[in-house]
Amino acid sequence: MKKIAPAKVARIEALFAELKGRKEKALITFITAGDPDLPTTKKIILELADKGADIIELGIPFSDPMADGPTIQMASERALASGTTTGKVLSLVKEVRGEGCTAPVVLFGYYNPIFVYGLKRFAKDARRAGADGVLIVDLPPEESGDFKDALESEGLDFVYLLTPTSDASRIKLVAGRASGFVYYVSVAGVTGVRKKLATSLQAAVRRVKAGVDLPVGVGFGISSPEQARAAAKGAEGVIVGSAIVNIIAKHGAKRNSTSKVARQKMVAEVGRFVKGLKAALR
Amino acid sequence: MSKKKNYAANVKMPDKFGHYGEYGGRYISETLMPAVIELEQAYKKYKNDAAFKKEFRYYLSQYVGRPTPLYLAERLTKAAGGADIYLKREDLCHTGAHKVNNTIGQILLARRMGKKRIIAETGAGQHGVATATVAALFGLECEIYMGSEDIVRQAPNVLRMKLLGAKVNSVESGSKTLKDAMNEAIRDWVTNIYNTFYIIGSVAGPHPYPMIVRDFQAVIGQEARKDILKATGKLPDLLVACVGGGSNAMGLFYPFLSDEKVKMTGVEAAGHGIKSGKHAATITGGTVGVLHGSKSYLLQDKQGQIIHTHSISAGLDYPGVGPEHSYFHDTGRVEYTSITDKEALTAFKLLCKTEGIIPALESSHAIAYGVKAAKKLGKGRVMIINLSGRGDKDLSTVADLMGVKI
Repeated sequence: MKKIAPAKVARIEALFAELKGRKEKALITFITAGDPDLPTTKKIILELADKGADIIELGIPFSDPMADGPTIQMASERALASGTTTGKVLSLVKEVRGEGCTAPVVLFGYYNPIFVYGLKRFAKDARRAGADGVLIVDLPPEESGDFKDALESEGLDFVYLLTPTSDASRIKLVAGRASGFVYYVSVAGVTGVRKKLATSLQAAVRRVKAGVDLPVGVGFGISSPEQARAAAKGAEGVIVGSAIVNIIAKHGAKRNSTSKVARQKMVAEVGRFVKGLKAALR
Repeated sequence: MSKKKNYAANVKMPDKFGHYGEYGGRYISETLMPAVIELEQAYKKYKNDAAFKKEFRYYLSQYVGRPTPLYLAERLTKAAGGADIYLKREDLCHTGAHKVNNTIGQILLARRMGKKRIIAETGAGQHGVATATVAALFGLECEIYMGSEDIVRQAPNVLRMKLLGAKVNSVESGSKTLKDAMNEAIRDWVTNIYNTFYIIGSVAGPHPYPMIVRDFQAVIGQEARKDILKATGKLPDLLVACVGGGSNAMGLFYPFLSDEKVKMTGVEAAGHGIKSGKHAATITGGTVGVLHGSKSYLLQDKQGQIIHTHSISAGLDYPGVGPEHSYFHDTGRVEYTSITDKEALTAFKLLCKTEGIIPALESSHAIAYGVKAAKKLGKGRVMIINLSGRGDKDLSTVADLMGVKI
């Protein structure tokens, strides 16, 4: 029997349509929830949305982040050290919604904490909290059937990754399951700031777009307005993560970093950086 | 009737998605998916290829020194006071442990797949040494990832890997042991995917690794089955092997699976004791989760974060276990139990003194349980313990524990 899905919020779909009308590219920003602590993450999210981030990717920390480079590995460690749990991340989303933030939120993480939380329970709680989509790094299409059902029944988007190693059959497989947008990983490797973008990026994005009828966001290694503008060519958006997390880490390492003033400085610098990125995408 | 059915069910594992019941599978990033599919296809092509099989057998006999003896340990048997204890002497393999059976098989695949660079993770260093060895044998570039804590406690193996021409990368993240080495090896793999072959050392990781490693290690059980029939005229009553990720246990157990009367026990590392929380007994003390590419039992907290494990033996100090072992546990085909650091050390000394064999601390866990089980089984019964490796690498750990300076 086919389940009838509840009316979908489809905030992500609406956003990309709106940006297309304005001839803008989406700025998708990643931070790890709870880095350095949940109250600061809340302030950072509000600042990101205020300064031009179109979609907030919120990382759920995991003890063994195999797809991440040192920057986000350390962010996960800091987040876990500050007592962040999956449940608390979902509460944070709810709080942010309570503050009037309407930017789509995509929860980003590894499978095990979500598997342990319970797939259906997670989907339900994520939807109730006000999240829009989920991306699980280590859950390829072949293993994601149960979770896809759980997300669909709650009307949440399931964002998948495609990569330089994805051939036509992989693209087709993802195209048949993804919703919201597709995250194109620009290089074979882990997350982290890179000096140069992949040389054949535009051709690769064209290849993905030929097989996927969804907006494409390009991520991995993008850390400056110039890189963002270049990476967005031919795509609908870019994802910036490690460069923002580096700013958070830098302020966190300073003396008296937990003071209110220090936190304000951290949030303000993130805001300035994001404003510059978004300007390059208009 | 049921016998045959069970046998068929067993040999069919895994299904085409790499699942052993609910366990196994492929929980990896999209970048790696084409690589594991490529490996699966290559393995499918070569596993029944006559030239491949011939080459594999050649290196196992002429280079590794197989078949390894199945040795009746008379003085150990006497000390235990019960069943006859046979030791499967994997410690006599070239490089000193069973790990090389698998690295030979995988590097032969890597060569046929045209991969020029080899990477591996290692805990005790035995898999790292076995990988560095075969990379040297075939002239391939090799990098090994090893936790910095293991680098300290397994110093001789680090030097061996370096002498064999491998680059040893110290891993400083997390618990600085095997799981973190595996994380880092996966990060290297995803970065260098086009030219690199990742030789996984246990029956763990994404499909097809648990199947491939099992099949290459199954030579242990195939030989043991033949030799015990020759020596005693019957099948053994019990098989015993230590379980970290579980490759030596899988290798011994697998060819006996359909022999329903043969009982099997996997011995995990209880560290300071299961109740202390400082252990690495994944099946005994864990819950189901997903790590390093497959679903299996895991040592994790209530939030699904992987917890730091402890064992005297670096090779068992891992929070996961091969998915097929989880399946065997749930179906009851294999019993899993655990042995503490202290019990393992006592067994280590016992084997040294009764048989003149210095076992690896990993294998000492199997010896410790085997001695207990032999008494319970009683005289006239037969047991095979897999002596998976030799203990030279552990001398500094043992010296520290004995308060001896070397």
